[in-house]
Amino acid sequence: MKQDSKKRARSFVSNQTVAILSILIFLIAVGASAFRRDAPAKEIKISAIARDSVASVKAFETVYKVLMSPRCMNCHPAGDVPLQGDDSHLHAMGPKRGLDGKGVYAMKCSNCHQETNTPGLHTPPGNPDWHLPPAAMKMVFQGKSAHELARQLVDKKQNGDKDMQKLIEHADDGLVLAGWNPGEGRTLPPVTHAEFKKAWITWIKNGAYAPKKTSN
Amino acid sequence: MAKITLSINKKEFPMEADPQMPLLWAIRDLTGLKGTKYGCGVAQCGACVVHLDGEAVRSCVTKVSRAVGKQVVTIEGLSQANDHPVQRAWQEIDVPQCGYCHSGQIMSAAVLLRENPNPTDQDIDYGMAGNICRCGTYLRIRKAIHAAADMQKKTATKG
Repeated sequence: MKQDSKKRARSFVSNQTVAILSILIFLIAVGASAFRRDAPAKEIKISAIARDSVASVKAFETVYKVLMSPRCMNCHPAGDVPLQGDDSHLHAMGPKRGLDGKGVYAMKCSNCHQETNTPGLHTPPGNPDWHLPPAAMKMVFQGKSAHELARQLVDKKQNGDKDMQKLIEHADDGLVLAGWNPGEGRTLPPVTHAEFKKAWITWIKNGAYAPKKTSN
Repeated sequence: MAKITLSINKKEFPMEADPQMPLLWAIRDLTGLKGTKYGCGVAQCGACVVHLDGEAVRSCVTKVSRAVGKQVVTIEGLSQANDHPVQRAWQEIDVPQCGYCHSGQIMSAAVLLRENPNPTDQDIDYGMAGNICRCGTYLRIRKAIHAAADMQKKTATKG
């Protein structure tokens, strides 16, 4: 009995020592990390994504409405000419996409589209980076069903090599934001940017599920 | 108003101008270079095309502030003696009718030929679709661009 209680006492002391040492190591590590200048940005890992197909698909309804609105779809045409106006007609003058999506010869986007919106009704809207997707990855929205578009958006071979983190960040891309600053005479997307961003992130964080294929 | 200097046709032009003012006003009204024309004022016709660091921008919607520190070339500065291949071809084929849009047409064609020295009819259509001619001289424009391409090639061979 005496030997057993001594053993327990020794083992208790040993556990205490281990616990104190662990706490000390933890505190030193936390202290040291506070002085790191190159601390890596938090990344969203696939394991951190909740898998909820219902919430994801529901959120994509809002995302799809926005992406198919003229402010987004007009620069994601099925052909090589951008679309224009609230009725998404072919862009006047028929400017071509070009290899880099920035037009060709004397018909480059930035020849007319300035860094900011030009004042006046239906004048060229502006952005420093105005362009279509490049010819090698056209990222077409026009004519896509919700199922097709959702699948395309998460396919790195079709979405500009964007992983989940980059997709989330893309909600604040300058050209995406330009959709909510379209210039005079153009309607806004159907929800605010904040509502869109919330739906976009909800869709992605719940698994980026594609809605079911429609029968038509 | 701000004190700014624009480099136009390799000359420095100091001026007092609103940086938000269209470049076309600075070119025509503050430097007196009247070759560049005002057409629509909303980037729809191409009459006001000038080169900004080599690109065929529409000066009616390009702000003066965008041109600061860059090289502007107008029709007057395209060549020393009006002998750019496009200008020579324009004269040879007698392209213009009323002529109002042609400084813009020529400036756009010069960019097209620089980037594509041997354009097809389709390339010409793609590159020139933004320059409108109410006299309808499109066929002569296309013919002149082919002629200018030939002249450019001959000049390059001789050089």
